[in-house]
Amino acid sequence: MPKRRPRVNPRRRPRNRQSDVKAAWTNKLNLASGAMTMQRQANTARSGIGWCAQLGRATHWLLDISELPMEWLIRLCGWSAIFFVFAIFFFVLKEGAGVLGKLDLKEFLTSPNWRPDSAVRPQYGILALLVGTFSVTTLAMLIAVPLGLGSAVYVSEFAGRRTKETLKVVIELLAAIPSVVWGFVGYMVLGPIIIRLTGAPIGINVLNGGIILALMSVPIIVSVGEDALRAVPDSYREAAAALGANRWETVYRVLFPAAKKGLLAAVLLGVGRAVGETMAVLMATGHAVQIPHSLLDPVRTLTATIAAELGETVAGDDHYAVLFVIGVVLFAVAFAVNLTADVVVNGWRGGRND
Amino acid sequence: MDVQIHISGLNVSYGDKPALRDVSLDIPRNTIFGVIGPANSGKTTLLKCMNRTIDFISSARVTGEVAVDGQNVYRMRNVYQLRRRIGMVFPLPVGLPLSVYDNVAYAPRRAGIHDRHELDELVEKCLRQAVLWDEVKDRLRTLGTRLSGGQQQRLTLARALSHRPEILCLDEFSIAIDPVTTMKIEDVLLELKQSMTIVLVTNLVQQAHRLADSTAFFNDSRLVECGPTQKLFTRPDNPLTLKYVTGVFG
Repeated sequence: MPKRRPRVNPRRRPRNRQSDVKAAWTNKLNLASGAMTMQRQANTARSGIGWCAQLGRATHWLLDISELPMEWLIRLCGWSAIFFVFAIFFFVLKEGAGVLGKLDLKEFLTSPNWRPDSAVRPQYGILALLVGTFSVTTLAMLIAVPLGLGSAVYVSEFAGRRTKETLKVVIELLAAIPSVVWGFVGYMVLGPIIIRLTGAPIGINVLNGGIILALMSVPIIVSVGEDALRAVPDSYREAAAALGANRWETVYRVLFPAAKKGLLAAVLLGVGRAVGETMAVLMATGHAVQIPHSLLDPVRTLTATIAAELGETVAGDDHYAVLFVIGVVLFAVAFAVNLTADVVVNGWRGGRND
Repeated sequence: MDVQIHISGLNVSYGDKPALRDVSLDIPRNTIFGVIGPANSGKTTLLKCMNRTIDFISSARVTGEVAVDGQNVYRMRNVYQLRRRIGMVFPLPVGLPLSVYDNVAYAPRRAGIHDRHELDELVEKCLRQAVLWDEVKDRLRTLGTRLSGGQQQRLTLARALSHRPEILCLDEFSIAIDPVTTMKIEDVLLELKQSMTIVLVTNLVQQAHRLADSTAFFNDSRLVECGPTQKLFTRPDNPLTLKYVTGVFG
C-alpha cells in the first residue's frame, strides 16, 4: 500500500492548494488500484464495497480478457490484406499456368505480333500492348502529376475556406464518375476535338487516352495529396514563415519534404489507376494493336485486351491462359512501380531517411 | 530612449475570447525585454503580433498598432521582409524536415549566400551560439527532426540567429533544455544584446530577473505592469506583480 503523504502545513495552504489536491488524488488513485489488485489476486473481498464499484471492476476484468481476441482480430485484418493479394496472384497464375510451358517467353515479351485468333499459327507477343499501356500511362502521368499536385497545393495552402470546400466537393464528384462515362467522353467529345485541332485521321488515340486517364487520376492525386499536405503541422508553416519564407518557398522547401511520403502515395494511386484502368482506355485509345509512333496513333493496352478478348475465348485454351499471363504481367508492373517508389522515398534499407 | 518596437492600443481576440486587451508598451533597442505572466495571459500572442505570424490563425482579430522602427507592421506591404528581420524561437521546437545543416543554412541561402566556406562558418557560428555545435558537429547531415527535444529547441535558436535578425523573440526557449546548457545560452544572449533587441518570454521568473533589462508582467490578457526589471522585482506598483514575482500567486 502507498505511504500516506504528510499533511501539508495549514499555514502554507493558499500557496500549495493545487499540489494538495493533486496529492489527495494520487492517494485516492493509489488506494483504488491497490484495492483492485488485491481483489484480482485473491478474488474475494466482497464485503463493504458498493455493487457499482464491483461492476466497474467486472467490466475492467472483461476488458482485460477481451484484449487477446481483439488483438487477434486486428492481426487477422492486417494479414488478410496480404492473404488476398497472394490469393488473387495465385488464382491468376493458376489460370495462366497451363500455357507457360508452351509459351516462348522471349517472343511473348518482345514480339509486337498479337494474333491470338490466327488459325495457322497464333502469335502471342505483348510488346505492342506493353508499349500501349506505358505510353498512355506516361502521358497521363505527365499531365496528371503536375496538375494534381498543383491543385492539391492550391486547395490546401492557397484557397480561401469557401473555395476550398467547393473545390473539394467538386473534385470528389469528379472521382465518382464511372470509367465508362469517361470512355464515352473520350470517344464522343474529346475525339472530335482532337481531330479538329490536330487534323489526325482518328480522334481516339494515345493523346485521347492519356488525357482521359489524366482526368481520371487527378481527383485521386488531389484528394490524397491534399490530405498529406494538411497533415503537415501548422508549426512547420509558422517556423518557415518566421524565417521569412514566402508561401511558395514554404511549399517547396518545407511542405513537400515533410509530406513527401503522402504525396508519393497520391502519385502512386494515380499511376495505379492509370495502369489498371480498362474501360475508359478501351474506348478512348482506338484499340489497335501497334507500336505507336506519335501521340496521334491509336494503341491498345494490356487491360483493354483482357477485357475485350476474355469473353471470346474458350475457358482453358491457350488464348484464355495467355490473357491470364497478361494479368500476371500487370501484377508485376504494379509491384515494380510500388517497389521503385518505396525505394525512392525510403532508400534500400527502408525506414531511415537520413 | 531609442525605441525599437512600439506597441499601442493592441487588442487581439480569438473568436470571442480576448487574448490581449489594450496593450501599450515600448521595447528599447539593444536590450533584453522580459515578458512574464501565467499561462493564457497573452505572452505568445504578443510575439506573434510582432512578426505577424498571427496571420496564420484565421480566427484572430487584431486592432491597434505594432510598429517596428516606427513602421506599423500591419501596413507593411512585404510581410516576409519584416519576418526576416525578426528571429523567432517557439516553445515547442520545430526542426524543419531538412538536415541540421540545411535548417541553419536555410535563411542565409535565401539571402543569397552560397559560398561554401562562408556558409560553413556561419552555420558553425550559429550552432555554437546556440550551444549545440559540440553535439551535432559530427552529424550535420541528419534530419533536424531526429534530434532530441532540447537539441531541436537549440537548433531553432541557431536557425533564428542565422539570418542575423535585428530582433530576437524567444518564447520559452529553455523549457526542454537542461539548466547548465540554459546558463550557457543565457551568457550568449547577454552578448547578443550588443547587436540585437531580445524579447524574452519566459515562465521562469528568475530567468527574466537574471537577464532582462526591463520586464513586462501580463495577467489575464492585460499588461499589468512594465518597467525596469530591478524595480519590477523589488518594488512593483501593482500588488499582483509582487505576488507573481515572489511566487505567491493564485
